Amino acid sequence: MPGKTRDHISQNESLLFEMSSPGKKGYQLPDLDVPQVDAAEALGAANVRDEIEDFPEVSEVEVIRHFTRLSTWNYGIDLGLFPLGSCTMKYNPRVNEAVARTEGLLWAHPYQPAEVAQGAMEVMAHLEAALAEITGMDAVTLEPAAGAHGELTGVLLIRAALEARGYARKKIIIPDSAHGTNPATAAMVGYSVQNLRSNAQGMVDVAELAKLVDEDTAGLMVTNPNTIGVFEQDIVKITSLMHEKGALVYMDGANMNALVGLARPGDFGIDVMHLNLHKTFSTPHGGGGPGAGAVAVKAHLEPFLPAPRLKTVGGQWQWDYNRPQTIGKVRAFYGNFGVLVRALAYIMAHGGPGLRNATLDALLNANYIRKGLEPYFDLPYKSPSMHECVFSDDRQAKLGVKTMDMAKRLIDYGFHPYTVAFPLIVHGALMIEPTETESKPEMDAFIQAMIAIAKEVESDPQMVLKAPHHTRTSRVDEVGAARKPVLRWKPTTLASKAAD
Amino acid sequence: MYPEQYRYTKEHEWIDVQGETGTMGITHHAQNELGDIVYVDLPKIGAAIEQGKSLGSVESVKAVSDIYSPVTGEVVEINEALSTAPEKLNLDPHGEAWLVKVKLTKPEELSDLMSAADYQSYIGA
Amino acid sequence: MRYLPKSDSERREMLAAIGIDSIEQLYSHLPEQAVLHRPLAIEPGKSEYEIVDYFKKMGERCATGYPSFLGAGSYTHFRPVMCDVVASRGEFLTSYTPYQAEMAQGTLTTIFEFQTMLCQLTGMDVANASMYDGSTGIPEAAMMAMRITGRHKVLVSRAVHPEYRQVLLTYAKYQGVPVVEFGYETATGQADLADLEAKLDNATACVIIQSPNFFGCIEKWKDIAAVTHSKGALLVYSFAEAASLGILEPPRDADIVVGELQSFAHPPSYGGPYSGIIATKEKFVRQIPGRLVGETKDADGRRAFCLTLSTREQHIRREKATSNICTNQALIALMGTVFMSIYGKEGLRELAQQNLSKAHYLAKGLKPRFSAPFFNEFVVAAGDKSAADVNAALLEKKIIGGLDLGRFYPELAGCMLLCATEVSRREHMDAVKQAFV
Repeated sequence: MPGKTRDHISQNESLLFEMSSPGKKGYQLPDLDVPQVDAAEALGAANVRDEIEDFPEVSEVEVIRHFTRLSTWNYGIDLGLFPLGSCTMKYNPRVNEAVARTEGLLWAHPYQPAEVAQGAMEVMAHLEAALAEITGMDAVTLEPAAGAHGELTGVLLIRAALEARGYARKKIIIPDSAHGTNPATAAMVGYSVQNLRSNAQGMVDVAELAKLVDEDTAGLMVTNPNTIGVFEQDIVKITSLMHEKGALVYMDGANMNALVGLARPGDFGIDVMHLNLHKTFSTPHGGGGPGAGAVAVKAHLEPFLPAPRLKTVGGQWQWDYNRPQTIGKVRAFYGNFGVLVRALAYIMAHGGPGLRNATLDALLNANYIRKGLEPYFDLPYKSPSMHECVFSDDRQAKLGVKTMDMAKRLIDYGFHPYTVAFPLIVHGALMIEPTETESKPEMDAFIQAMIAIAKEVESDPQMVLKAPHHTRTSRVDEVGAARKPVLRWKPTTLASKAAD
Repeated sequence: MYPEQYRYTKEHEWIDVQGETGTMGITHHAQNELGDIVYVDLPKIGAAIEQGKSLGSVESVKAVSDIYSPVTGEVVEINEALSTAPEKLNLDPHGEAWLVKVKLTKPEELSDLMSAADYQSYIGA
Repeated sequence: MRYLPKSDSERREMLAAIGIDSIEQLYSHLPEQAVLHRPLAIEPGKSEYEIVDYFKKMGERCATGYPSFLGAGSYTHFRPVMCDVVASRGEFLTSYTPYQAEMAQGTLTTIFEFQTMLCQLTGMDVANASMYDGSTGIPEAAMMAMRITGRHKVLVSRAVHPEYRQVLLTYAKYQGVPVVEFGYETATGQADLADLEAKLDNATACVIIQSPNFFGCIEKWKDIAAVTHSKGALLVYSFAEAASLGILEPPRDADIVVGELQSFAHPPSYGGPYSGIIATKEKFVRQIPGRLVGETKDADGRRAFCLTLSTREQHIRREKATSNICTNQALIALMGTVFMSIYGKEGLRELAQQNLSKAHYLAKGLKPRFSAPFFNEFVVAAGDKSAADVNAALLEKKIIGGLDLGRFYPELAGCMLLCATEVSRREHMDAVKQAFV
């Protein structure tokens, strides 16, 4: 249909390649203030490429419209509640973005001399100290780039510490409720994975754990609160049990938003843990990253932390590379610095007492939603919820409607879906984490939407099964995408156009 | 639904033995549990396989399942057609969408497997 | 508190709805030993203005505004304003990994464009949606090569970024993977083919090179590919300076291309966040780590995009996954996508051409340590003045000099790695040259 529309829901948007036309430009560089060098002469003709075939040629105006239109097909925290369990989609304060663009910090080169990098180093030291206080641990490295990368660092630390004692051991025990990154990480460090079945309350079964732990056990990877949002009641017993057998305990800090200011992993026996700064400490998810996966350890693991470490000499910050027992580097340079700046800004905004208040509101919100939805959805584990609650689709599945279908219907009500089908210990899980940054009216609207869907499942299941109905894109064919993968755009040839 | 002459495993594979060679695949029940199959990973011709050990995998969009060999032997043929048309496994798992042909080295293992009737009661069909 | 959108009366209503009297009851079941009985020892909350002021002060202690001639894996380039404009839109900034395709077509479409442009630039068939950075991409590529070949040994050139090699060693150490380094030619600065041939064998899964390498030298990757393939190993071609892709012949003979895209839209930012990528041939797609976006249709037959081939990943395959990577660098990759669209076909070429011209202007008159052709970085031979003295003299003039290579290569002590890009100004380059005299 020719003509214009203001409604991008019904408007198609071409790919950049399809709006390209030879000679269109979106850039202008300053004129060269030095002689132009002949590329073939300087590099050798064989090293010089032809033009980049099919690369876009578009104008600045088209660029802004393209990306702005595409953005309207996305959903973000800025638009409303984002109840993804385990993902802690909280408000991303804008002052964080502003300070991350501070001129001197933004353009600081990782190899510039320490004497002209003192500010950046102090920001990192400041954050390390705050995170150590929050976790009750003794030392923190900010090098890992994300949660899974922090896990890798943490399990490498366990391995290095055990090796220093003489025997690295063979296996890591992981509860069946854990995130997939836990077993994937243990395997990357050369450990075999032993699965631990959860008990009837969805918690670690201490008796079962005691049977599994032996001289070959390097450690336990535990998430606390666990992935059903429940605090591991026996955590102190669990950590002592592991320590008695000479094994270490790793805590996946994905759910730390339930504990900040309330309880500290260092106080309940954890040896090493990671924090997802992009969850608990409000740095934006950005459609999948970047994150930062700070790792906090007890003193006995400090010698093994990735190099370099910050130290002060005569009141000046320096990088200390002389770390004979280090596991090495897990990435180049010092970490996702820009993300660290944002996390520190968040901690400063709340302050110590404020961080605790945020945690309390996170608990309040999760329990409010649990209470509101319990009459309509099956709650497989009745243990007290911390920052999230997990329902199952048991009642609705009997009518042929599964958790994914209801998640898609939730989109029609203007909310992002909850986490679908995780954790694996709950069949057909609906995992809901509101975070502390949701208002009561927003949560009431969410609860009403969920109740309405539960009623629709009974009155008109077909309508739910075909959802979403009010998005620009209807249900996407993921099966077709996987069977015949098309992973890049290619120009349509005249022959294939004729065939269409 | 489940051919009488086939033998079945608890992991939902079937095998049809003719002489020294067996043709094997996954059962209708298995494909139904997996949902839309999008990819099949098969061993190379000549690979040695062992009863009860994984010889490959089948994938749906959000799950991967190992294929466990019903018998010990050597792979003599694989169903190449599945690499471009994995959906056949959903349509005809007991026929056109067989997975591999094996030369049996321990035919006595067949007695470990279930009959069609036993398999159907095993899956509660 | 400004991030907590509730009044006390609302909190009381919610507590009543839950059926409790006080918020403390929500955690009263926690074991006594686990509970913190004091406030966190962190200063009380601060206003926006105080926070901005604090970071401004920190920034002022970081050589704000100094011209810099450091490269070595982190490059200073102009940033089109549009990169921040797009990345600041809440719909991109505050969105999640696009698992729910119907609500994330914006992110998914941009990733599909990103994957396509990376294929066009590298000459590969498939590119993923990003890795953490260039350094972690190296071990991921090595593990990928091991899965493809079923072999275990990794050969890596000493002219690959030293920190990238350190990361490779960390990943390899506990998987029992032997990592063997091969040298560089002391005259040219390029990978030593004879040393490579001597160390390459039928157990080698892959050979890893970087081009331009850490010294800025363009590698003879066609020769290296031929040698590597003769023993059935794969060639992993890495790059740290993405701006070079605009002018250098794409490494079509490589099997895996891994690189750092920081140059495309992200400032040095004291080392991160950056964005890595892995690209490869079609036949190896099942072994590529990280997220992939594919084209498909929605229920009404319209073009749509979704994450695909997810069974490779940790949330499904758990301990058998191709990698443990989950969160990646999506927003940085989005900035890169905007950067590539703004510059476009001609712009990336002109950008690369300017880098080449500036670096060659800077090199003119200085004593080169190596003879191989270079893009925007090169090594100055040790001279009468030590690298430290030259840098100290420059810092007095508020210019940040180059990298003293002795730190990573004892045999090159006193040599300096210098980088010039399109932002380098003639008068500053003249000052650098002057400092060597």
